[in-house]
Amino acid sequence: MTTTTLRPPTRPTAPARATHQAERLWKASPLTWFGLVLGVILSLFPFYWMIVIASRTNDAANSWPPPFLPGGKLGENIERVLANGDANVVKGLMNSFLVSGTITVATVFFGSLAGFAFAKLRFRGKNALLLIILASMMVPIQLGVLPLYILMAKLDWLNTMPSVTVPFLIGGFGIFMMRQYAEQAVPNELIEAARVDGCSTWKVYWHVVMPALRPAAAVLGLLTFMEQWNQFFWPFVVLADPSNPTVQISLRSLNTAYFADNSQIFAGTLIATLPLFIVFVLFGRQIIGGIMEGAVKS
Amino acid sequence: MSLDLHATAPPEPRPPRARTSHRRASSATKLDLKYSPYLYVLPFFLIFAVFSAYPIAYTVWIALTDRSPLNATISFVGLDNFVELITEDPQFWNAVVNTFGMFVLSTVPQLMLALMLANALNRKLRAQTFFRMAIAMPIITSTAVVALIFSMIYAKDFGLVNWLLDSVGLDPIDWRANRFASWFAISTMVDWRWVGYNALIYLAAMQSISKDMYEAAALDGASRRRQFWSITVPQLRPTIIFTLIISTIGGLQLFTEPLLFTSGSGGLSGGSEGQFQTITMYLLDVMNQRFRWGYAGAVALVLFVLIALMSTVNYLLARRISSDK
Repeated sequence: MTTTTLRPPTRPTAPARATHQAERLWKASPLTWFGLVLGVILSLFPFYWMIVIASRTNDAANSWPPPFLPGGKLGENIERVLANGDANVVKGLMNSFLVSGTITVATVFFGSLAGFAFAKLRFRGKNALLLIILASMMVPIQLGVLPLYILMAKLDWLNTMPSVTVPFLIGGFGIFMMRQYAEQAVPNELIEAARVDGCSTWKVYWHVVMPALRPAAAVLGLLTFMEQWNQFFWPFVVLADPSNPTVQISLRSLNTAYFADNSQIFAGTLIATLPLFIVFVLFGRQIIGGIMEGAVKS
Repeated sequence: MSLDLHATAPPEPRPPRARTSHRRASSATKLDLKYSPYLYVLPFFLIFAVFSAYPIAYTVWIALTDRSPLNATISFVGLDNFVELITEDPQFWNAVVNTFGMFVLSTVPQLMLALMLANALNRKLRAQTFFRMAIAMPIITSTAVVALIFSMIYAKDFGLVNWLLDSVGLDPIDWRANRFASWFAISTMVDWRWVGYNALIYLAAMQSISKDMYEAAALDGASRRRQFWSITVPQLRPTIIFTLIISTIGGLQLFTEPLLFTSGSGGLSGGSEGQFQTITMYLLDVMNQRFRWGYAGAVALVLFVLIALMSTVNYLLARRISSDK
């Protein structure tokens, strides 16, 4: 962001005052600061409190007044969660990594491939197909949940990972995002040049387009991983048997079986959040950039 | 990238062979250019056909039958399911009222707060990245995690909110028993997770508004508040419409937060008297607890119609409100 020091020539009156006013206009007032700090505290407090409860005994967690400082039982509580046979948290974690990872790779690959086709290749029915993709993004999963459930039963996929993986291998959002990016980031001349040199469309994709799409692919991958890691509704429907859960379904089991044991539940939420917390610390800027960019384009 | 090109395309001049291979290549190139785009978009359409389009079409069909795993034979019942749902199912209407109540209660403050936060973030700030990161943090949590944390914050006996109420001399509230209290509690869960996300979207849009407008307004003596309502908000109109529609789609599908607000089993009923049962919870209740599959199909279709209807209404409203300016 550059500050506007350029003034249109039609308004030559009191330039000094104008810049001064513009400066003052963009300075944060004390009220603004107060609001922001309050917002930050409200945003972060539940994370802090998660650690407080997860690091205390259950008695201390359910005391009056409620505890506000962390205790020393974090390791113990985490061990208890991991050993909890009803919730299968370890299995849930591994399943979640497997499912989210697979979907992320597939979404980035298929998304960039289709996005390249829509942005740079000519074919009949392109616009109609694009419209279908756009429409598919508006449809909630609830609309088809029952037949989808029946289908999963017929495929014998209930309580298995394919049921929560295969339907989400590629979605409309990924294709749209890659298409938008490919249109701007890959110059047509570059593609023409590669063609003249005898590249097939696949080689153009692999050697020219894909490398240029890398920044967008990274953002799409991060957003997809986060979204899939946090899925709840569909896994709740098809992974009803708690023996083979994703991590979010493990949390539900903790809540069902041990509704009084809040320190264990909170240790579980901490475990389920930690991988995404690490991702956020490492790639927070890209994630925020991705959200902001996606919004401007849509 | 130019390096890649050189590596993949060595122009070797071999006259006699080059001609035949060139001809073969050109017909292959034609095929390649003509058909490979379809191949590249095929994965989406395969998945879409099998796991979206087919189930949706099937939902329409199933809603016209009395299909159930308990029925040996399936018979066609026409619109009976819809008639029953709309005219003689108070529990469905209860779920509709709950869903809309929580939707309004969460969406309005959510978008207002996001606007205010974005406006604050749009100022000259020290530690800008820190503020953005902190405000975006909640989106890394899952709805399940949010629901569990807030369930304890709103606990009746040792909850944080009741402690706060107590320390200012107010009576504690049983957040699950009272209908409005439960709506309020669930709405705050939704808001906590999504305010920062929406604020970032608004911030992105605000940064593309020309600063000249504000300067001109400031010269004319417009206060900051006036500038916000007369420049920022109207300029954000498309973005506000976008967030409203996203929130509508999400809000009317509300499920995880109310489900986990009840600890123990039986979460689908949404409280002792269904005071916070949403349409999606009711849908699963009909489908997996009562095994009335045909009826569940009708519920799903009505839910979709409601979402489409509300999105349109919101779109029209948002368009009108800001074009007054």
